[in-house]
Amino acid sequence: MLQANNITIKYGERLAVAAVSLRIQPGEIIAILGPNGAGKSTLLRALNGGIRPTTGEVLLDGQPLTQYPRRVVSRRIAVVAQEGDVRFPVTVLEFVLGGRYASGSTGAWGWETEQDIRVAGSVLHETELSELSGRLMNELSGGERQRAVLARALATEASVLLLDEPTANLDLEHQAAILALVRGRSELHKVAAVVVTHDLNLAAEFSHQVLLMKHGRGLAFGAPAEVLTPELLKELFNVQILVDAHPVTGVPRITPVHEAHR
Amino acid sequence: MTTTSETALKSVPNIRGLDVGRVTFRKTLVACSLLLGTLLIAILVTSLFGSEPLPTRASICAIASLGQSSCGLTPDQYAILLQIRLPRILLAAAVGASLAAAGASYQALLRNPLAEPYLLGVSNGAAVGTMIALVFFGSWEWSRPLMAFTGALASTFLVYRLAQSRAGASPERLILSGVIVTTFLSSAIVFVTTLMDATRIRSFTFWLLGDLSGTTTSLLALAMIVAVLGTAVLSANARSLNLLMLGERDAFDLGVEVSKVRLIIFFVASMLVGSSVASSGSVGYVGLVVPHLVRLSLGSDNRITVPAAAFAGALFVVVADTVARTIIAPRELPVGAITALIGAPLFVYLLKRG
Repeated sequence: MLQANNITIKYGERLAVAAVSLRIQPGEIIAILGPNGAGKSTLLRALNGGIRPTTGEVLLDGQPLTQYPRRVVSRRIAVVAQEGDVRFPVTVLEFVLGGRYASGSTGAWGWETEQDIRVAGSVLHETELSELSGRLMNELSGGERQRAVLARALATEASVLLLDEPTANLDLEHQAAILALVRGRSELHKVAAVVVTHDLNLAAEFSHQVLLMKHGRGLAFGAPAEVLTPELLKELFNVQILVDAHPVTGVPRITPVHEAHR
Repeated sequence: MTTTSETALKSVPNIRGLDVGRVTFRKTLVACSLLLGTLLIAILVTSLFGSEPLPTRASICAIASLGQSSCGLTPDQYAILLQIRLPRILLAAAVGASLAAAGASYQALLRNPLAEPYLLGVSNGAAVGTMIALVFFGSWEWSRPLMAFTGALASTFLVYRLAQSRAGASPERLILSGVIVTTFLSSAIVFVTTLMDATRIRSFTFWLLGDLSGTTTSLLALAMIVAVLGTAVLSANARSLNLLMLGERDAFDLGVEVSKVRLIIFFVASMLVGSSVASSGSVGYVGLVVPHLVRLSLGSDNRITVPAAAFAGALFVVVADTVARTIIAPRELPVGAITALIGAPLFVYLLKRG
């Protein structure tokens, strides 16, 4: 349903993304891996129209993204990004209700409907934020705030989720909980997800497909077991990497071997 | 994906409880009605204060009859009440509403609780526009608000552009850009002032600090119409402002047409500031003090903050102007001196709290 066709993005002279294509099917979870500055986040932002490709195009249901009104795109594609600081006293509930902006039938002035409140209530519950719904966003811990950002994206009821390092601020328990939530949406409601992450093992465990990116280019694309090989990962990160099978799940387990121990 | 979490819903305890404290249409209506009522009472009461004492009952009777009956006031008293005092109070209300609604919107749009028409240099831009109108098209009355609006719009865009960096606009950078534009425009104002004769300089300096005494009927009508329509347009965009308040990127991701909304807000806020400055000079800090107090008591949802700030701003300037014209009667202070006296310390407090 969402498709990037040979997109190239240039910032002035610098090439951020070079001729990358990506096809996202309903229910599919795709992880994008690569070193810092590989163009992962830029590619992710291009997928919802936040950055316009210099060449190539992004198609939603076969139509170029640019042909849809902004609201329609936001109803279909939600983003979970690293959240900037909230400088005004906004409650968690108000923040999450922001996710209902595009789904409202009324104009910008519109007030939330019962349905909006219900959806917000259920995603707050899913992200374990119900207790905090009346608290102010800038009183929350980094992890709680990250969950609120996810809750807001889920509140949009979009069929594609774009996640930029969604687990960066989270402890182990909440990392697993959030990814399980995304996984659940993908299995139950055929929601597709594209996740940019630095966590190779989480990618191996939770994604159906992996895209490796370096210097803006796609290095390899395929199932975790095909792509997460010592050779490709060494090329990607310039670090010696040991890959074996996870003792419980059997998915690839990635362990970097640092210089000092070789 | 309309069925999201139907299953999860069943296990959610007491969704209604979530609703507590959330801003609703009802809450907005109640808050604004209360503020409007207080404003009307304040207009009535402050019209009784002034260097010339007026009989209370007859004055209220005359205002209530909308000027149809003199209610036993002498012709002089009648003229003071309805041709001098009331227009001035109404202008104070229009200016206060305009500046507060514009301030609240600038703050949300620029993600900066310190953004304010006066501090951003927007008021000075409008003042320079007004001066150009006075010097070059002095005979044409409408040139003043028109040029003031142009000046306000130009300085808004200039400050916005100056404040942008690769990392976005930080609050400090924005205020700094505002200061630079303000000081630059101030020197332009000083330059033009030195070309004036002594008597004009005095009245002009007074006007620059915010002076509600020297308006005409048509400028008053314009200020009132712009205040009402402008606040309505800003309020209509308040839900988009709620998201812009969290960042332009977030707002875009969630479906706000960022550049369109930004243009509307800049345009309308500049009109509000322009019409206020054209009729009364730069009354400072109203756009800072009032939205801040409104947010403290009613929360940051712009659907309530923007219209409530307009009513509260009207109230604030009506009271401030009454103090300005009575405290050392029969002489007067510029109302801008009173609002700055209250606003500047609050600015320092907000800056400290960071």
